[in-house]
Amino acid sequence: MSELKLMKGNEALAEAAIRAGADAYFGYPITPQSEVIEYLMAEKPFDRTGMVVLQAESEIAAINMVYGAAGAGKKVMTSSSSPGISLKQEGISYIAGAELPCVYANVVRGGPGLGTIQPSQADYFQSTKGGGHGDYRQIVLAPASVQEMADFVKDGFELAFKYRIPVLILSDGVIGQMMEKVDLFDPIPRMTDAEIKEKYPWATTGKKSGTARRIITSLDLDSHKMEEHNIKLQAKYKTIAQHETRYELIDCDDAEYIFVAYGSSARIAQKAVKLARAKGIKAGLFRLITLFPFPSKQIHDMCGKGAKGFLAVEMSAGQMVEDVLLAVKGCSKVEHFGRYGGIVHTPEEVLEAMEQKIIGG
Amino acid sequence: MADITLQDIIKPENMVYTKTELMTDKALSYCPGCGHGTAHRITMEVLEELGMEENTIGVAPVGCSVLAYEFMNIDMQQAAHGRAPAVATGIKRVWPEKIVFTYQGDGDLAAIGTNETIHACNRAENIVIIFINNGIYGMTGGQMAPTTLPGMKSSTSPFGRDVPTMGNPLKITELVAQLPGTYFVTRQAVHKPANVRKAKKAIKKAFENQRDGKSGVSFVEIVSNCNSGWKMTPTDSNVWMEENMFPFYPLGDIKVDGQLV
Repeated sequence: MSELKLMKGNEALAEAAIRAGADAYFGYPITPQSEVIEYLMAEKPFDRTGMVVLQAESEIAAINMVYGAAGAGKKVMTSSSSPGISLKQEGISYIAGAELPCVYANVVRGGPGLGTIQPSQADYFQSTKGGGHGDYRQIVLAPASVQEMADFVKDGFELAFKYRIPVLILSDGVIGQMMEKVDLFDPIPRMTDAEIKEKYPWATTGKKSGTARRIITSLDLDSHKMEEHNIKLQAKYKTIAQHETRYELIDCDDAEYIFVAYGSSARIAQKAVKLARAKGIKAGLFRLITLFPFPSKQIHDMCGKGAKGFLAVEMSAGQMVEDVLLAVKGCSKVEHFGRYGGIVHTPEEVLEAMEQKIIGG
Repeated sequence: MADITLQDIIKPENMVYTKTELMTDKALSYCPGCGHGTAHRITMEVLEELGMEENTIGVAPVGCSVLAYEFMNIDMQQAAHGRAPAVATGIKRVWPEKIVFTYQGDGDLAAIGTNETIHACNRAENIVIIFINNGIYGMTGGQMAPTTLPGMKSSTSPFGRDVPTMGNPLKITELVAQLPGTYFVTRQAVHKPANVRKAKKAIKKAFENQRDGKSGVSFVEIVSNCNSGWKMTPTDSNVWMEENMFPFYPLGDIKVDGQLV
C-alpha cells in the first residue's frame, strides 16, 4: 500500500530501496548520507523482504560488492557522499564497461578533498562527464524533493535494467537531510530466482550443461573488439538521450528570463521566479531532472519562444553552465550564479544575479 | 605380431587421462613451465568431481590470471584489481546457495587487495579463495610483489629486495589464519606430481567446506614458480622455488576446521 510519511530524504531513499524490491544494499558510512544504511539496518529488510544489507569495509569494497551482485542479476544499490563517491569511481567504470544495472546515490557535500559536510552541487562534472576512466556515461537523476528521493529509486532500477547501465541519483546535503511529506509507492515484490534466471540470461547464476557460459567483464585485449564495444556503448547512450531526457518547465510559457537549475538549487530558483514575477519580471524555471541525458534541444528551443537570457544556478563555481552554453549555442545570453564550498544561496541572491548579470548585464 | 595402429590405442580401456570438460579448448596464455595451468586444471577437476559446475561462479582477478574466464568453462566474473573478495561477497550474499570462489595472484590479493582479503576473511564469508603466490608481478613484466623474498631481484628491485627501504615480504596466509572468519587455511605447491595431488585434495576440501556450509573462508595458497619473471628455465625455477620460497613459505595446513594447526 502507498503510504504518506514525514521523512528525511536519506530515509526516503532507503525505504524506497526496500519497496522497489531491491535484493541488496552495500554501503559505508559518510556524512551527510549515513541515515541510508542506518535506516536500513534499523528497518531490517532482511526480515521484511529478504533484502541483504551489509556495511562494507570501504566505499571501494561496497561498489565491488554491487558489481558482483549486479553481475549475478540482482537488484542492488549503494550510496555515499562526495569523497566516498570518488573512491567508487573505479568500480562504476567497471560496471559501465561490463554493462551491469545498478542504482547508487551521491548526497553531495562541499569539496574538494575532505571539504565540508554542508550541501554542494560541485560533483556535476564527475557525475555527467564520466567520473571514472574511459568513455562511458551513466543516467543521472536529480531529485529536488524528498518525494523524488523515493520515486527515483524505483525509476532508477527500471532504467538501470532496461539499459544495463549504472543510474546515479545525484542528490545533495539539503535534499538528503531535510524532512518533507512523502507519498511512498506500493511495495514491489523482489524477483524470484527463477524469474531472474529467465529474465536476465546474461547474469552469472551457474552454467547449465549444454548452455553457453556467462562472463561478466570489461576487458578485451583486442583493440578492434574494444572499439566495437565502445561503439555499442555510445549507441546505447544515444538511444537513452532520445528516449529518457526528463525536465520540468515552471512558469516558462511567457518567460523571457530563464533560471536553469536542478536539485535544491531548483527549489531556490523556483522561489526566485515568484519574487521576480512579483516585481513584474517575466521569469521562469527550466528544472533539469536528468543531467545525463541533458535536455540540450529543449533548452535551445527556449530561444525561439522568447527567452532573452539564461541564468545557470548551481551550488558550484560553474559546471552545469557549460552544458547550458553548449545547448544554447549562442542563441541567447548565458551566465552562471552559485555559492559553493557548502554555502546554500538564497532566492534573493539568485534573483539579484538574474537582474545584474542577465537583465541589466 | 600385427602392427598396432593409432585406432587400436584410442579405446576407452586404454584411456589414462582426459581433460576435464570444465577447461575450455583455448590455448593457455601462461608461459610454458608456469604453475597457473596446473592450478586451473585441478580447480576445475575438483568442481567436476564434486558436481558443482552448474552451481558455481568464479571470480577472476587482475594479473596473469585476468583471463582465467577464457579457460575455466563455468560462469565467471572478472574483478577490478584486488577486489575479487568483495565481488565474491556480493555474489555469495545474494545467491547464498551458489558456490563462489576467487582465483588471485599475490599482487592482487596481498598488496592492492589486502583490505578486501582481510575483511572478507574476517567477516567469515562462505567462499573459497585460491591464492597463487609466485613472489612477483608476472603480467606487468616482473616487478616486486608483496611476497618477493628479501634479496630477490625483480624489475623494480633490480639489485634485490632491500628490506630496510622496500619493506618485508608479507605472509598474508599466516595472517588470515589468525582471523576468526577463516575455516581452512593451507599452503600447497603444484610443481611435482605428489604436490599436485596434495594441492588438489586441499582445493577439494575447500569447496566441500563451502558446500557443507562451514562458516568461513577456505583459503588455499599455492606457492608457484614464475620462470619468465624470475628469468630462469622452468626446471631451474622449480629448484629455486624449493630452495628459497619453501623455507620462507613452508608448505602444509595452517588451519583446519577452524583450528590453528
